[in-house]
Amino acid sequence: MVSVVLELDRVREAVSAVVDPEIPVMTIADLGILREVVIEDGRVVVVITPTYSGCPAMRQIEDDVRTALCDLGVEDAEVRMVYHPAWGTDRITPEGHRKLASFGIAPPGDETSILCPRCRADRPRMIARFGSTACKALMVCSACGEPFDWFKQL
Amino acid sequence: MILAQRLGELISNAPELEIDIAIGNIALDHLGVARALYGHVAKLEGEGRDEDHYAMFRDEREFLNLLLVEQPNGDFAQTVVRQMLFDVYQLQLWEDLSTSKDRVLAGIAGKAMKEAAYHERFSAGWVVRLGDGTEESHTRTQGALDRLWQYTGEMFEGEQAVYQASWERRVKTVITEAGLVVPDDPYQRTGGRQGFHTEHLGHLLTEMQWMQRSHPGLQW
Repeated sequence: MVSVVLELDRVREAVSAVVDPEIPVMTIADLGILREVVIEDGRVVVVITPTYSGCPAMRQIEDDVRTALCDLGVEDAEVRMVYHPAWGTDRITPEGHRKLASFGIAPPGDETSILCPRCRADRPRMIARFGSTACKALMVCSACGEPFDWFKQL
Repeated sequence: MILAQRLGELISNAPELEIDIAIGNIALDHLGVARALYGHVAKLEGEGRDEDHYAMFRDEREFLNLLLVEQPNGDFAQTVVRQMLFDVYQLQLWEDLSTSKDRVLAGIAGKAMKEAAYHERFSAGWVVRLGDGTEESHTRTQGALDRLWQYTGEMFEGEQAVYQASWERRVKTVITEAGLVVPDDPYQRTGGRQGFHTEHLGHLLTEMQWMQRSHPGLQW
């Protein structure tokens, strides 16, 4: 039993380290895409949830999770997609918020409290509510002129 | 699904880069919701079908979508008016379904509801900007509204009638803010939910389905 627990910890660790293909500084654990890793009937089940309904990265994430499991020698595993409860930006961890900011993406939060990731000035201007990916809007800093992405509050 | 396909036609063809990206993102959201719903239906039916079956291997008469969403993109005014009329309706529908006893459906709806709020801000925002813009944009937007109004009554048939009053309130607020006139033509077309469509759906399906019809089971 002890070895199974240890084994599951190793699997969790490996799966948690899978990165988002669109925002490679963020792991799927940081983003809250990874719900849980459990063993059901002796089989590893990785439960993930999509961020946006049409997020094109989900398929890639599923493949990357499988690859991570294969690297550990776990071949008989299920990657299960769940929709309930729906994902929201509140699932992004504090570590995730920190990583987003250091990557130059303003983390999600109230629209009036967005800060420029470069100079920390407030009140940036929104250029486009729909940015480079479904989860981001395009902003420009009113102080230093830096254009940047804001991870939309959802 | 059908609206996703319509909006997808505009990718690389929208009037501005930002609009292009917005429309692409909205199309993706609609497509994602359709995939999730088809996947859920496939499980409930339990006949071993997958999401592609419903999208690619049904004929026109088997599609029960609203006539509104199959209408052509027309000019940009028509695209955003169609979107606004639909977004306001969807917002309420998803909100309602997000408390469904079916937990999978509730999850899909919960997410779709948040996305629909973003869609509506885009579409209603543009209707106001165009209606309240130049003489040309005003005329075109009013024209689009007059043309599409006949497809709105269908949304509220049967059980969906509960959404009509609040839909009308919200839509009329947007139309008034845009300086446009609410059409008073009582003529309403219907039939989509029974599989009777306007001529546009057949053409759309031909383009959407031809690859799977010509090469069944083809994968990327």
